[in-house]
Amino acid sequence: MIRFLATTSIRRRLVVQLSVMAALLSIVFFVAVRSIAEQAAADTQDNILAASATSIADALYSERGQVRVELPYSALSMLGTISEDRVFYRVVADDETVTGYGDLAVPDVPARQRVAQFVTSEYRGEEVRVVSLARAVSNGERAADVRIIIAQTRRGLAVISSQITSTAMAVAIGFFLMATALSLLAAQSAVAPLKKLAQSVTRRGPKDLRPVVTKTPGELVPLVDALNNFMMRLRASLTRSEEFIAEAAHRVRTPLATVRTQAEVVYRQMEKPANRKALREMIRAVDESSRSAGQLLDHAMVTFRTDQLERDEIDLCKLAAETCERLQPTAELKDIEIIRELVAERAMIFGDNILLQNAVRNILDNAIKYSPAESSIVVRVTQDDDTIKLSVTDQGRGFANADLGKLTARFSRGVNVDDIVGSGLGLTIADEVVRAHNGQLRVESNKEGVGACVVLVFKRS
Amino acid sequence: MQLAKALKERFALEGHVVDHAKDLGDAATSTSTVAYDLILLDIMLPDGDGRSFLKTHRSKAERTPVIVLTARSEVSDRVGLLDLGADDYITKPFDFAELEARCRAVLRRQGGSVNNAREFADLVFDPTTGSLKVAGEERSLRNRELRLLEVFFGSPGQIFSKTYLMDRLFSFDDEVSENAIEVYVGRLRKKLDGSQARIETVRGLGYRMMQQS
Repeated sequence: MIRFLATTSIRRRLVVQLSVMAALLSIVFFVAVRSIAEQAAADTQDNILAASATSIADALYSERGQVRVELPYSALSMLGTISEDRVFYRVVADDETVTGYGDLAVPDVPARQRVAQFVTSEYRGEEVRVVSLARAVSNGERAADVRIIIAQTRRGLAVISSQITSTAMAVAIGFFLMATALSLLAAQSAVAPLKKLAQSVTRRGPKDLRPVVTKTPGELVPLVDALNNFMMRLRASLTRSEEFIAEAAHRVRTPLATVRTQAEVVYRQMEKPANRKALREMIRAVDESSRSAGQLLDHAMVTFRTDQLERDEIDLCKLAAETCERLQPTAELKDIEIIRELVAERAMIFGDNILLQNAVRNILDNAIKYSPAESSIVVRVTQDDDTIKLSVTDQGRGFANADLGKLTARFSRGVNVDDIVGSGLGLTIADEVVRAHNGQLRVESNKEGVGACVVLVFKRS
Repeated sequence: MQLAKALKERFALEGHVVDHAKDLGDAATSTSTVAYDLILLDIMLPDGDGRSFLKTHRSKAERTPVIVLTARSEVSDRVGLLDLGADDYITKPFDFAELEARCRAVLRRQGGSVNNAREFADLVFDPTTGSLKVAGEERSLRNRELRLLEVFFGSPGQIFSKTYLMDRLFSFDDEVSENAIEVYVGRLRKKLDGSQARIETVRGLGYRMMQQS
């Protein structure tokens, strides 16, 4: 139960609590209205009974030492006005019935002059309301003690009572429904600031760690403060980890660079083929570990950036040209020609410049790596009505297992690349970048014979 | 530090003269006294960030090109470096051949300011721009031919072994047989057709560049 309460939404909790309160109030209202109304109805009956008894009492007279009564018509007819209830009466003078139903019991209440007294009892199998009125009637030299008793069944009262009950019930239910509806509204407006706060936090990406400035009610200020404090610490820790990555990269790569350069110097001076082969393998191992380290860092950065994608307008042609420029020296080492076939007009897409450059560089780097010397690589940017395609086509060994799903998996490499240093992350990085831009990465075989073709397909902006 | 030493040694093997400045202060002194052709700048220096050197260097309107050696992931750092005025950058660790190629490319872009043209017989050769003139006639060279010719130009008459030439031409990634060098020597000979210079085969030892008598 406690756990249930802890996870129930504040809004639902408020609605439930307010509804329960409304229900209780409705019940109290219902009970109160019914009892007051029934009391009023009963009082009405009593008043008429009393008036009736009084009018009979006024009609008492004494004749020859005998108490007599001339029953006034109105005395009993006024009782008939309430309903179809049956009326019984009895007039007793000094314990002798003067007129009426002799078996109608005299209520067991002390007689008080001129005061109507009421009891509820049973007569002839029905519940009756009984009024008893005592009156002293002068009978010559002494006064006779007269009691007037009138009883009336309570069927009419029951009818009135049930009418009142149903009306009160309807009003109570109406009240409850209205209160519930109002409580829904109240709950909604009570949690509205929370919702607003949640939205303003949700809308931002993981890199947006500015303090929250949404105006909030006083109760939420501690929460917002805690949140801002947390984000400050998170930002500090992110900065620290970024600095750590840079520092770690420096600590790892600088010695690797030293080892590699020194190994190269030694390699140049070495003549024994066996030694040369060993050193060569060492250098390639250094290359492999540094490449893996670099791509792991790149991959971490790509994952980090794709979460919060910057959306600038980027000209893919310009980006492709810059990347070609950058890799030109590497290609030249193998006399590989990079041929650019870029559309004349600008090919604009929305995206993250650094990520896209990284993706294209990885693909072009792969192409250079797997191409034979003196071949050519074509970098092509084309666009049609709704897509922009950037393709890199080489004359290398192609993809022996042209299974894109497998090739783009982390650390997975083609089956025909054992002799070339690689980490298997290049295509993964490119694939993740392209997918973050709602694009598609396709791997095809070069249509002009040997070689591979990697195509990045983007939607036009 | 050690990297700098290794690089200095490696460049010396190729016949370049290198001064090593161990920190920002040293670098400022060196660059203000000597006109260098090219500066290799490590980002992390003992007394500060190499980028501050780059900034002052560029603000002084120095034309000497700068190539930055960085250990950082390219994704996070590249834009900043090029924006600060670096001509190029290379991520550690690197293939020396690639570093050399980038140096060459940067110097070529720089154009005319550096005149490295050398002469032999009726050849005029500028390894930075890659231009070769045979008796005044321009001949185009591909990258590997250029690097091969550069070796021979380094010391004419000296015999270079096939292994040595292989090392200069191919990276550690290339699995090539020693005979591949014959192909490139053959091509270079074709480019030198009609010249007084020629490349001789010294049986069992290697090749050398000689002037035709």
